[in-house]
Amino acid sequence: MTNDLDFEGWTCPLPLRDTPTIVMGHGGGGAMSGELIEQLFLPAFGGAARAELGDSAVLTVPHGRLAFSTDSFVVKPMFFPGGSIGDLAVNGTVNDLAMSGATPLYLSTAFILAEGTPMSDIGRVATAIGKAAEVAGVQLVTGDTKVVDSGSGDGIYVNTAGIGVIADGVEIGPHRARAGDAVLVSGDIGVHGVAVMSCREGLEFGTTIESDSAPLHGLVAEMLATGIDVRVLRDPTRGGVSATLNEIARASGVGIELVERDLPIPPGVRDACGLLGLDPLQVANEGKLLAIVPADRAEEMLEAMRRHPNGARARRIGACVEDHPRMVVARTGLGGTRVIDLPIGEQLPRIC
Amino acid sequence: MKYLDEFSDPDLAARLVDEIHAVTTRPWAMMEVCGGQTHSIIRHGIDQLLPEGVEMIHGPGCPVCVTPLETIDKALAIAEQPGVIFCSFGDMLRVPGSSKDLFSIKSAGGDVRVVYSPLDALKLARDNPDRQVVFFGIGFETTAPANAMTVYQAKRQGITNFSLLVSHVLVPPAIAAIMESPRCRVQAFLAAGHVCSVMGTSEYPPLAERYGVPIVVTGFEPLDILEGIRRTLLQLESGRHELENAYPRAVTDQGNLAAMEMLRDVFEVTDRTWRGIGMIPGSGWKLSERYADFDAERRFSVTDIHTAESALCRSGEVLQGLIKPHECAAFGKECTPRKPLGATMVSSEGACAAYYTYRRLDLLTTTSS
Amino acid sequence: MCLAVPGRVLSVAEQDGTTMAQVDFGGLQKEVCLAYIPDVRVGEYVIVHVGFAIQRLDEKSAQETLANFEKLGILEEEFGDGFALAARQAGRPEGATS
Repeated sequence: MTNDLDFEGWTCPLPLRDTPTIVMGHGGGGAMSGELIEQLFLPAFGGAARAELGDSAVLTVPHGRLAFSTDSFVVKPMFFPGGSIGDLAVNGTVNDLAMSGATPLYLSTAFILAEGTPMSDIGRVATAIGKAAEVAGVQLVTGDTKVVDSGSGDGIYVNTAGIGVIADGVEIGPHRARAGDAVLVSGDIGVHGVAVMSCREGLEFGTTIESDSAPLHGLVAEMLATGIDVRVLRDPTRGGVSATLNEIARASGVGIELVERDLPIPPGVRDACGLLGLDPLQVANEGKLLAIVPADRAEEMLEAMRRHPNGARARRIGACVEDHPRMVVARTGLGGTRVIDLPIGEQLPRIC
Repeated sequence: MKYLDEFSDPDLAARLVDEIHAVTTRPWAMMEVCGGQTHSIIRHGIDQLLPEGVEMIHGPGCPVCVTPLETIDKALAIAEQPGVIFCSFGDMLRVPGSSKDLFSIKSAGGDVRVVYSPLDALKLARDNPDRQVVFFGIGFETTAPANAMTVYQAKRQGITNFSLLVSHVLVPPAIAAIMESPRCRVQAFLAAGHVCSVMGTSEYPPLAERYGVPIVVTGFEPLDILEGIRRTLLQLESGRHELENAYPRAVTDQGNLAAMEMLRDVFEVTDRTWRGIGMIPGSGWKLSERYADFDAERRFSVTDIHTAESALCRSGEVLQGLIKPHECAAFGKECTPRKPLGATMVSSEGACAAYYTYRRLDLLTTTSS
Repeated sequence: MCLAVPGRVLSVAEQDGTTMAQVDFGGLQKEVCLAYIPDVRVGEYVIVHVGFAIQRLDEKSAQETLANFEKLGILEEEFGDGFALAARQAGRPEGATS
C-alpha cells in the first residue's frame, strides 16, 4: 500500500481556538467539541464523511442480511512505515465485514483522545481515516469524541463499528471447514507486525517493510464471483496466521496441516523474526486473508485471487485433515512435524 | 539472511540424516547444553529424524529457566518500586516468581520495559535522569560481554541512575555437575556454540578427559545441529572422547580476547543456585567490587524475600535431563504455557514449553493415559 | 541461550568513545556495538547477540563447511559404504582439535 498522504505538510484547514493540543474541553460536548468536529474531523474525513450531524445516522440499507462489526485500535506507535492507526481503524472493520462475505457500507468512528495529544497528530490520523474510507468506498456516518486526562497514556484510541450487507446464498463461517479442504492465503505474511515493530522503542531497526493494511472486500467479491463454495474467510490480524488457523480448527473440529516450505514469508519478515526470535506465523497481518475452499477448486480460486491486486501472491499453504482434530500442525522444511499453537499474549523478542 | 538460510537446506539436511543413520549401531544418549539448541531441535523436528535409540537429553542451558527464584523475586520487588524503570529481555517477562511475574507487575502499573539490548536500558537511564533504571542482566557467557560493556559505559560516563541486577551462569561447571549426578545418563555433550564464540574451547578438553565424554561445539541451525550430532556419534561409535569444533565459522579455540578481558574486569566468579537444580559452586558471575556501586541488589535493599516454589513443579529434574517434560504429572494439566508452574514452561526454549508447544501431537498419540 | 545472527558491517563510527556499526542482516539494518571486534572492516561479517558483535563470522570456513555437507552424499555414491566411512574419518573436516 503506497502512502501518498502528506503527513509532514498537514495543516489545519481552519484555525481552532489557540490550542496546539487536545484539552479536556474538547470532549465536553460544547463549543470546543463542535469546533473539533467541524474544523478538524469533518474536513480531514473529506468526501467520505456525511455532512449532516444528527444524534444518530439514519441509513437506507439494501435488502438482505446485515453484517455488523466493531473493533478498537490502540496501536503504538500511531504512525509506522506504510500507514497509521487511521488506516487500521477503517480497514480493520471493513475487513471484518468482508470476512462474512458482506459489502461494507457505513462506519462509525469514536475517538478517545488523551489530553495533551498534539492536534497535528489527530489531524493526520483523521486524514488517514478519510482517505482509507474513500479507497474502501465506505461512508463515515456518525461518531463520538471523548477526552481523558493525560495520565492514561498518550495518544489516540479509535473505535470503528461498521455495517455491511451480505448477498443471499453466501454462507461463510469458521465452522464450515471440512477435512480435505484446501487452505489458501492471499499473499505475504508477517508484514504488518514487522513494520510496526521496526519503530517500537527499544527495538528500532531499519527495514523496507511497510504495513500491508488494505481493504479486502474487493478481493472477496472476486472470490465469491467464481461461484466456488468459500467455506471460511478470516483475516489473520493479532496473533497472526497461527491464531486464526487455530480458531478455525477449533470451530470446525478439523485438524489443519501446513507445509512450511509453502508459506509466503518475505525475506524482510524472515530476517526481522530471525533477529528478534519471533515466529512469522504469529506476526500480525492487516491486508491478508485466509480462505478455506474445496480442494478440487483450489487452483481455480487461486487464479481468480491472483487477478486482483490484493491477491497477486496468493498461495496454497495447507489442508484440513481428519487427523489431530482442533490442532494445527506444520510439516517442517526437514520433514519433521511441529504443533502450531495459539500464541499466548503479546509476542516478545527473545535472546535465547 | 546470508550465512544462516544456507544452513537450513533440506537436501543437505537429508544427507546428514542419512549419514547419521549409517554410522549408528547402538543406542546413545547425548545432551545439548544450550536452550537455543533445544528450541531448534524441537522446532525443526530434528529429534524425530534420528535413529531409534539415539536420545537427545535436553540440558539446563536456558538462563531464563535456571535464574534462581530468589533473584526473580528480587527483580519483582525492585520493579514494583515507584520511580524505577525496570528493563529486561522479553524472555523474562512471564517467568513466575513466588507469587507474581514481571508481566503482572507491568499490568498493575509498574514501569517494566522490554529491550533488545542492555545498551537500550543505558540510553533510557541517560534520557531519564530523574528515574532509577535497572537492567536484569541474565544469561550465559554469551550475553555477559554485552552486560559488562553496558555497566562499564555507565561507570565511564557517570550514569549513576543505572544499575544491573546480575544473574549470570556458566556452562563448564554445569557440565561437571550433571556428570557428577548419580542418575546421570549423558554420554556426550553438544557444547553451546555461541558461548564458545566468546570463551573459546579451552575449558572443555579437561571435562572430556575427566568424564570420558565427547564434547562437540555445535551451532544452532538445522545443519549445524545435525553435524554436531553426526560428529558426536562418530566419536561414541569409535570410543573416542575429545573436544571437537563443529561450528568453526563462529568459534575459534581462543575465543574473543577483548570480551574476555572485559569480563575479567567487570565480573568475578561466585557460587550460584540454579533454579530446580541447586547450588553449583563457582558456576556464576557477579559484579566485581570495582562495579559494586552499579549492583542493583546493593542499591535497592531487597530483603525479606521468602521464596516458595510450586510443590508440583519438577523443572529441576527436566533441566538435568532426568525426566522428560511429559513424565511430570502436572505437564499439560496444572502446568501449561498459559499458566506455568515453573520456568521451563515459560521460556521459549525451556524443554517443557518446547514439548508442549511443538510436540503435543506426538505425546497425545503415543502416551496412553 | 544465545540467539545470535550473522550480519554484514555497512559502516563504522565512534559514539561516546565506543565503536558502533550499522550492520545489515539481509535487508534489515540495526545498530551494533563493535567494541569486542575492534579491527573489523566494512564488508566483513560478524555474529550479533543483543546488539553486540561477539565474534567474526569466518566466511571461508562457512563455505568449506557447506561444501563438506555437499560432498557427503557424493562419496557414498562413488565408493559405497566402507570406503565412504574411511574417507570421511581420514579427511575429517576442519575444526577437529589440533
